[in-house]
Formats: sequence, C-alpha cells, structure tokens
Amino acid sequence: MDYVDAHELQKRLVEERRAGVIGDTLLLVEHPPVITLGARNRIAVSHIIASDEQLAALGVTVHETGRGGDVTYHGPGQLVGYPILDLRPDRCDVHAYVRDLEQGLIVALAAFGIEGVRVPGLSGVWVGETGREEKIAAIGVRISRWITSHGFALNVTTNLDHFRLIVPCGIADREVTSLERVTGRPVAMVDVENAVIAAMRNVFA
Amino acid sequence: MSDVLMPQMGESIAEGTIVRWMKGVGDTVDKDEPLFEISTDKVDAEIPSPDAGVITEIRVLEGETVPVHTVVATISGSTAGTGTSGPAVVPPAAVSTGIAAPPVPPVGRERPVASESVFLSPVVKKMVAAHGLDLTGITGSGAAGRITKRDVDTYLAGPAKVVPAATPAAVRPALYQPGDDVRVEKMSVMRRKIADHMLTSLRTSAHIYSTYEIDFGRVADLRKAHKARYEADGANLTYTAFIAQAVAATLRECPYANASVDGDQIVFRNEINLGIAVALEQGLIVPVIRNADRKALKDLCVSISDLAQRARNKQLKVEDVEGGTFTITNPGIFGGIWGLPIISQPQVAILAVGSIDKRAVVIDDEVVVRPMAYFTLGYDHRLVDGADGGRFLQALKRRLEDYDETQL
Repeated sequence: MDYVDAHELQKRLVEERRAGVIGDTLLLVEHPPVITLGARNRIAVSHIIASDEQLAALGVTVHETGRGGDVTYHGPGQLVGYPILDLRPDRCDVHAYVRDLEQGLIVALAAFGIEGVRVPGLSGVWVGETGREEKIAAIGVRISRWITSHGFALNVTTNLDHFRLIVPCGIADREVTSLERVTGRPVAMVDVENAVIAAMRNVFA
Repeated sequence: MSDVLMPQMGESIAEGTIVRWMKGVGDTVDKDEPLFEISTDKVDAEIPSPDAGVITEIRVLEGETVPVHTVVATISGSTAGTGTSGPAVVPPAAVSTGIAAPPVPPVGRERPVASESVFLSPVVKKMVAAHGLDLTGITGSGAAGRITKRDVDTYLAGPAKVVPAATPAAVRPALYQPGDDVRVEKMSVMRRKIADHMLTSLRTSAHIYSTYEIDFGRVADLRKAHKARYEADGANLTYTAFIAQAVAATLRECPYANASVDGDQIVFRNEINLGIAVALEQGLIVPVIRNADRKALKDLCVSISDLAQRARNKQLKVEDVEGGTFTITNPGIFGGIWGLPIISQPQVAILAVGSIDKRAVVIDDEVVVRPMAYFTLGYDHRLVDGADGGRFLQALKRRLEDYDETQL
C-alpha cells in the first residue's frame, strides 16, 4: 500500500476511533520503497545519506510525517503495523505504550525462535550479542488526544541495502537486520502477520 | 486566566520538547482543540487545550525542552468550571496586564455555554456524536444561545485565523510566466539546508575579513623531501595537512577564534575540531577532524583523505560532520586566489585558503619567484576584533613560513 494512502487511511481511522465508530484496530501493510521523516525532520534530513538522484534511481520517495522518531525506511518485505488504539482511560502513558509495542514484537519473534531484546535508551526491538545488537524492528508513534497512530516496522525479508541510504533513526553506529537474515531461511510474510496479530492481541487485549 | 502545562505523558517521563504550536498569541482556542505537539523519545503527541479562551502568552518556543508541569502558555477568558450544570455566561475576556496580546475578536453577543440541559436539534445531536464533540467549546448563536448546525460547522472548520497585513516583501512579481524559457527544479534537501544555514549565519554574525599573503617555499621543499616517505606509510602528504596542523596549533594560541557566542556569554571550546569543507558534485559537506591539535602530521594526512573520500562516496556518519569548532575552506582547489567565506554557525571564524601560485616577490630587495598563497580569515566581529584576526593570521603565517621540521 502506498505510504500516502496509508497515512490518509490512518488519519480517517483515528477520527473514527475518536468518534467511537470503530474499536481498537491494527492495520498491517507493506509499503513500496519510501523514506519517512519524523516530526523533528529538520534534524532528520541530515540523516539521509543518499542524493536525490540516487533515491530517484532506486524508486525511493521521501515523505514527512507527524510521527515521533527520526528517519526510517520502509519497503517490500517489511511488515508495517499501525495500531489505532484509544489509550484512555487506563493506558495513558506514552512510554508504557512504546514498551507494549516492543513486547508484542518480542513475543511475535519468539514464535520464530528469535530472542528479541530492548536496548536501554534505544527504542525498537533488537537482536544479537550485547553491545552489538542489530535492529530488527523500528518504532515511531504519534498520539493525538490519546488515540495512537503510526507504530512499528518489522524487517522480514527487507532489502537491507536500502537502509544504507539513511542513518536509521539517527543512530549511526548500529546495523539493521531482518527475520530472514537472523533465521537464515526464507520466512513467509503471512506467518509473520499471524504471529504479530496474535502477540499484539495478547498484549493489548 | 489559566495556565497550560507541559503534560506528563507517562510515569517515567520527566520532560518534553515542543515541536509545533498550532496556535499563536491572540488566537482563540476551544477546550480540547489541538494546541501544540510535543516530542518525547519515539513518541510525538498532539496536546489539546485544557480550556477555551484566547492565548495571551506562549512561554516555550518550538524546539525548546522543558520539565513536565512547566507553564508553556497562558489562556485568558477561560470558561473555568466546565462541570457547572446550568448555562454559564462567560465573562468578557479580561485584558491581561502587561501582556501585549492582540484584542480579543468581538463575540457579538453574550456567549452562553451549552450544557446538557440545552436543547439540541436532532441534526446537531448527530453531528456532536459523530465527531465526539465537547459542547462546552462551542458557541451557540441560536435563540437563547442554542447551538445550531452552523455553529458546529464553524467549530469543526476551526477558528478564523488572524491574517497578518501583507508586507511589501510579500508582494513580488512572478519570477517567470508560463511559456518562458526556463527550467524549474525542486531544491534538494541538501541545497535547502545550505541555503538556510548560510542566511542564518549572515543574520547572526558580523562578518569581517583580513587577508595575509603566505610564502609556501619552505613547506613546498619539505613536502617534496618527505612525500615518498609518507607515501610508503600510506599517507598522502598534502598542503592541506600542513595547513590544518598549523591552524590547529594557532587556535590553541588564539582561543577567541575557537569559540561561540551564546547571548552575552562567550563559550571557549577546549577541543579543537577542524571542519574541512569538501565540494561534492552537488552541494558541499564539512567533515570534522576531532582534536586536530593532538594529531601528528601523518595522522592528519590520513584523516583528511579518509574523510574527503567518504564525503564524496556519501559514507560519512553523523558524528563525522558534528562538533566542528573552526572551518577551513579551499577555494584555491578551483584556482581561486582568495575567497570571502560565510562562517559556519555557531563558530566564529573560517579560513579560506587561496591557490598556491608562483609569484614574483621582493625579498631582501631582490625580486625572486616564490610559491605564494592568500589566506583570508572571515570572523565574527561580535567577538573577534580586527587586531585579534590579524594576530591569528600573523601567527599562522609564521608557523607555515618557518615550519618546524621536527614536526614532520
């Protein structure tokens, strides 16, 4: 799904969630190659390494968004989740929400025999040896009067070379990885979707 | 009058950064209308107004970070006491003392606040439910302050913005007409950043310039004599390396050129981190050599070529371009004999190195041929006076012309 279309859909769902027309909802999508900038994009633009020409040649577009976080990349083979939740009345804690998203992803990864961990100070889910963890899932969230949007991006079979176009999340000294790379075997997207749905339902229900 | 506080969006959250104000001083705001956006860690949140009224003051600007519960703005004419049952009449917005807020737009009539006891037509009820509206924020214009469909439409459309009077600068003839022989291209992100940065610097610093002529005869001889030995160690002995070394040592002598201006304070930086401007095919970037004064000439050679190469291959990391305290730029590469560079903020000085050319000069009343270069120092007169700029260039000139061979 095109990033802009998904963005519009999210905005609509946020309003519908606020009006009570829909309940808590999880959108799962894959995007064509796209670089997105967090709301603090004055800093984030400096974290795009590639030139406009390089990006155009690779068919990668750049979008500014209203989410938290720095710059990130989305593309085929990456499962992007947009939970549209009303955190009121008893879940009004933005950090707790981010930790919950991480927890859901850690549980989902466990289904594939992967131990995902948190790295203090660096949001997202990481794998690998301590001190040299690689990022497998990124998190960037927007909360509008306690209705959530944006969310997480989990690398399944993502072309990791595309992350070299940016400094992911503005963190220069860390690598990114994917489910496929960690397990060393092909992974079906539908299996990952099911694992993520089950895990998120578990955490947020 | 009520205060708007930086909210605590979570137990472990101690501070927040305001990334955007949706309203300005003088704007009217309704209760629960989005007022500003904050950013904490990985989360951006839109914060609704705690009250209805007119914004009289904004205390925390975009980009600033403050502890939770800090007052970020004040709102006057608030409809305090939303829990009251009967219709309450809002007092006319008090003119707050000492704060220059634009006058409150006339409301036209008394502004009753609807409560649940107020009659709502079915269509209005439906709209209120569909949009999850809080009636206390809506002005009723119907009979007895009744809220009409138009009131809800007006509310949903948002408050009327105060349109600033057009300034002369805003009225500008179009640069081109359809059909003109032009090509129009969107600026790259880097182009936009350079443009912003340069204009900001010109607005910030009081630029002045001094130019000295430097004899490179001795450095040229030493470079020739030692180049092969350096090359054997994988280091390319360039004039830039000699210059970087001499500049770093001179900055240690002249701390005022390795500083920043912070309001009425001077920040002297102990670290000497030299930015070296590298031209790219499109645009430029300034990688930084950290602690340049503590590096041997050979290490400087290696650092400079590594950074320049990675800059051209777009492989620089964020930390490679951060923290510069002084910049060297080299118009001489393209044959420029001198240049007048713009300071890279928040630094206070920048050195432009002209091309090194053989020129006829007079030494001991003899006309001789020497390799010469013009060095131009651009500096911020807010902090550095002409005499200081001269002293810097004099010291730099001496270091290069009488280069200490033991440093090779």
